[in-house]
Amino acid sequence: MTLKGWRESTPGGWITEAGNALEYKTGSWRTIAPVYIPENCINCMFCWAFCPDDAIIVEDGKMVGINYDYCKGCGICARECPAKNKALVMGEGEEG
Amino acid sequence: MVQEKVAITGNEAVALAMKQINPDVVAAYPITPQTEIVQIFSTYVSNGLVDTEFVTVESEHSAMSASVGAASAGARAMTATSANGLALMWEVVYIAASNRLPIVMPVVNRALSGPINIHCDHSDAMGARDSGWIQLWSENTQEAYDNMIQAVRIAEHPEVQLPVMVCLDGFIISHAMENAQVLPDEVVKEFVGEYVPQKTILDKDNPVTAGPVAFTDSYFEFKRAQSEAMIQAKPYILDVAKEYAKLTGREYGLFEAYKLEDAEIGIVVLGSTAGTAKNVVDKLRAQGVKAGLLKLRVFRPFPAEELSAALGHLKALAVMDRADSFNAFSGPVYAEVAAAMYDSGAQTKLINYIYGLGGRDVGLEDVETVYNHLARIAESGKVDQRLNYVGVRE
Repeated sequence: MTLKGWRESTPGGWITEAGNALEYKTGSWRTIAPVYIPENCINCMFCWAFCPDDAIIVEDGKMVGINYDYCKGCGICARECPAKNKALVMGEGEEG
Repeated sequence: MVQEKVAITGNEAVALAMKQINPDVVAAYPITPQTEIVQIFSTYVSNGLVDTEFVTVESEHSAMSASVGAASAGARAMTATSANGLALMWEVVYIAASNRLPIVMPVVNRALSGPINIHCDHSDAMGARDSGWIQLWSENTQEAYDNMIQAVRIAEHPEVQLPVMVCLDGFIISHAMENAQVLPDEVVKEFVGEYVPQKTILDKDNPVTAGPVAFTDSYFEFKRAQSEAMIQAKPYILDVAKEYAKLTGREYGLFEAYKLEDAEIGIVVLGSTAGTAKNVVDKLRAQGVKAGLLKLRVFRPFPAEELSAALGHLKALAVMDRADSFNAFSGPVYAEVAAAMYDSGAQTKLINYIYGLGGRDVGLEDVETVYNHLARIAESGKVDQRLNYVGVRE
């Protein structure tokens, strides 16, 4: 997202385009990141249900990975993962 | 056009102006000495003389919040307050300005607590000087009425879009009966026109978000743009004044210069004390003293260049503040006038007088004290004391 200069800002900070939160990559807030271990995943969708953002990528009813553009690294998915060997663990760095 | 001459108090005149403006929403809470404005206005609502949605809120914080909500929805919104009521509104007062909502609010100036007091000084509105509102100050009932009507046009001007406070001195103006000329209802209706908001939260075809969060990456840009709106507002305020003068014959500027052109000593003053001080100027002129006066009407935006151009030739100038800043330096108006004078390179000697706190009466002799002090400074070329108080018992 290109940040605008003050002359291009809308008066009063009003947002005039719907849905532009998509352009705001909140993943930049992350200090720790979930690492996905596919072989441990039981596709229970707990991570998808608990994720407070929309960072769990699901295809054809199956968990396939993490959208690091929006994952803030809160760790809820890793905590809630019920698999015997966790399919989500928190790691250091950009993508765990 | 025939204007009616009526005997009317400041509060009645403001309420009448509000009736003639016929705002979409008025949300208000009573507080002395403002109470009468919304009390009188509520009778207009009850009697079906206005189309206004009148919201009797539970506090001033809610009054300003409801006004912000209504204005965001595209309504012409108003409220009114004084002193502690304005203080309770505080956070939302700033939001009204930063969201660029053209709310108009009469502020009937009253001393802030404590000690608790209901009488006039300017500590309430002066405290709000950095809130981003335009401030128009009134000398008398006539000016309060005229400022109210102009305020609507200034606030809603597409290039301005800022809220406006119309300040009038508590009791001295709000409760005193004076002669004033008022316009017919339909003339005011035509002058203020239909409010067409640039955007509203109720327009489903053009969805918007009002008042979103703005963090480190964008807050500064929004504030810079807000500052620019205030920087650019002066010519629009003057345009509205010109149009109003054509209609009424009553001329308004950023300030009124009274016998200032050839003056050697002068004062800067806001509000009703200007009337008292003009009397003193006349008396001194009759004695051959070259005294003048500048009555500030528009305090926000602060007309720094225009002020220093009008005052720079004086030998000595006193800025009269009806509020103290408790900064161990000066009152609020002095600090800004002094900064403007310094920037202009003026050689005028400046002093500050704080006066009339908590409704302390300001007599001719008090203003004379100030001019006498100025005459001594003009003669000696030396400022003996910058910060002075007049009318307080030693």
